[in-house]
Amino acid sequence: MQHSQPTPARGRAIRKAPTGVQGLDEITDGGLPLGRPTLICGGAGSGKTLLATSFLVYGAEKFGEPGVLMTFEENGEEIASDVASLGFDLPGLVAAGKLFIDYVRIERSEIEETGEYDLEGLFVRLDHAIRATGAKRVVLDTIESLFSGLDNANILRAELRRLFRWLKDKGLTAVITAERGEGTLTRQGLEEYVSDAVILLDHRVSEQVSTRRLRVVKYRGSHHGTNEYPFLIDRNGLTVLPVTSLGLKHEASDERISSGVRELDQMLGGRGYFRGSTVLVSGTAGTGKTSLAAHFVDAACRRGERVLYFLFEESAHQLVRNMRSIGIDLQPWIDTGVLQFRAERPSRAGLESHLASIYQEVRDFRPSVTVVDAVTNLLNVGSQHDVGAMLMRVIDYLKVSGVTGLFSSLTSANSSYEETEAGISSLMDTWIVLTIDEIDRERQRTLRILKSRGMAHSNRVHEFALTDSGLRITDGRMTS
Amino acid sequence: MTPNAEDFVLRLYVAGQTPKCMRAFANLKRICEQYLTDRYRIEMIDLMKDPALARGDQILAVPTLVRRMPEPVKKIIGDLSNTQRVLAGLEVSLGTA
Repeated sequence: MQHSQPTPARGRAIRKAPTGVQGLDEITDGGLPLGRPTLICGGAGSGKTLLATSFLVYGAEKFGEPGVLMTFEENGEEIASDVASLGFDLPGLVAAGKLFIDYVRIERSEIEETGEYDLEGLFVRLDHAIRATGAKRVVLDTIESLFSGLDNANILRAELRRLFRWLKDKGLTAVITAERGEGTLTRQGLEEYVSDAVILLDHRVSEQVSTRRLRVVKYRGSHHGTNEYPFLIDRNGLTVLPVTSLGLKHEASDERISSGVRELDQMLGGRGYFRGSTVLVSGTAGTGKTSLAAHFVDAACRRGERVLYFLFEESAHQLVRNMRSIGIDLQPWIDTGVLQFRAERPSRAGLESHLASIYQEVRDFRPSVTVVDAVTNLLNVGSQHDVGAMLMRVIDYLKVSGVTGLFSSLTSANSSYEETEAGISSLMDTWIVLTIDEIDRERQRTLRILKSRGMAHSNRVHEFALTDSGLRITDGRMTS
Repeated sequence: MTPNAEDFVLRLYVAGQTPKCMRAFANLKRICEQYLTDRYRIEMIDLMKDPALARGDQILAVPTLVRRMPEPVKKIIGDLSNTQRVLAGLEVSLGTA
């Protein structure tokens, strides 16, 4: 038994080897079980090899743990080129002595079996590679291939059992990948041998939108999230989107920040939004949602805070030009770098990709204010249920990071906002509804605060105008 | 002995002096003496001593017999207890023996 650090609350908390994969370490409460094998299973193309390789690359790069990649299906060059797009430089790590890749090729046609044998050759190779690099991590990808290369399944099973025990005895943190079977986790029932932790990957394509999901099926002796978590593979590697609200750990701030519109601040208990809260601004087309957002952005930038603005309907250039017409010039903030726009076409990527990219950009840019304009664009790329679940993750992430989020929502003309915002509004702290009506050949705009948690706020319907010096709220109508 | 094109160059991979490996060597020696008289050469490689050599010939199972010559390369894994299968694996035709 290894002596572990005494942990106060939990007596026998098992030690973890962090994967370095964004999100996965949060779900697993720290990483994979240290010094034990973990099984990663999933269908073809589900990302098993990428996840396993990430574990090795981050181990070598971030945690000073060299690794061995024993690959049974692709040779070293093939794997290196597969993961190069994620920014992984396998040849570089090999050259630096931090990674050892051994490609095990079994050509059934050139092998004859006669009499008893064991897989000592495999052990010798693995041992040699581990010694050569001082490895702490080992990946076997995909060891099941042995079953199609060799006839004697009894010997194979006995030897795999011996192999997993050997890895454990050596204190290596190992990842074993396996193909998903019909009605079983793996084709060869490897889950019987590797029982410490099992992670299942899934890749589905529905309505031409691809979604990847990860689930921790089993984790002996450890707390872990049991949901299916969406994950994304892109140039930043693999990112798992966790539900951080499991413990609702974020602290609600008492600090207030200006909405950028003085009268609106008055209506919000006199002091504006809470910092780190989420604001939903909904209304039909042309009601002034983006204008309200622009005021908020401008005010934040004036305070010297960084703002990240996601927009789906127009280009940043167009938005900046339009806002000049109401006297807001965002260009200087873009020039000094405190304001950054991310313009994307909603249809180009799946829902997961959008929300993951929001997550990543926020992580990298560390803004204090984030605008998503309009969140309803995302509704078109996923079911209402999925969007709600995903949005919750993003909102949680913003809250944990202390980022104030403003989400605009486009209400379609022939449905009520209650309908469009079902599932979204409950996640928001403040909900503002904008309307526009034609009355006596005059456009009449109104603004109403439907809710704002934790503060006394105006319950009236307020008229407002978009003037060349910004959005102006007048107290025309006194009744609602 | 100078090797010629007809010769069998055989390499037997073992891992230490285990009963299986000893048995494989004895079986191989016997089969060669009987069917490949003066036409063979056996190299023994102990992976316990030379672990790095396992990669080159893609050795996984032990014992493994590799027929390096004549080409193409063939592999026979196991303790070589079935003579007929060893001969088939080595592609030794009994008629010309």
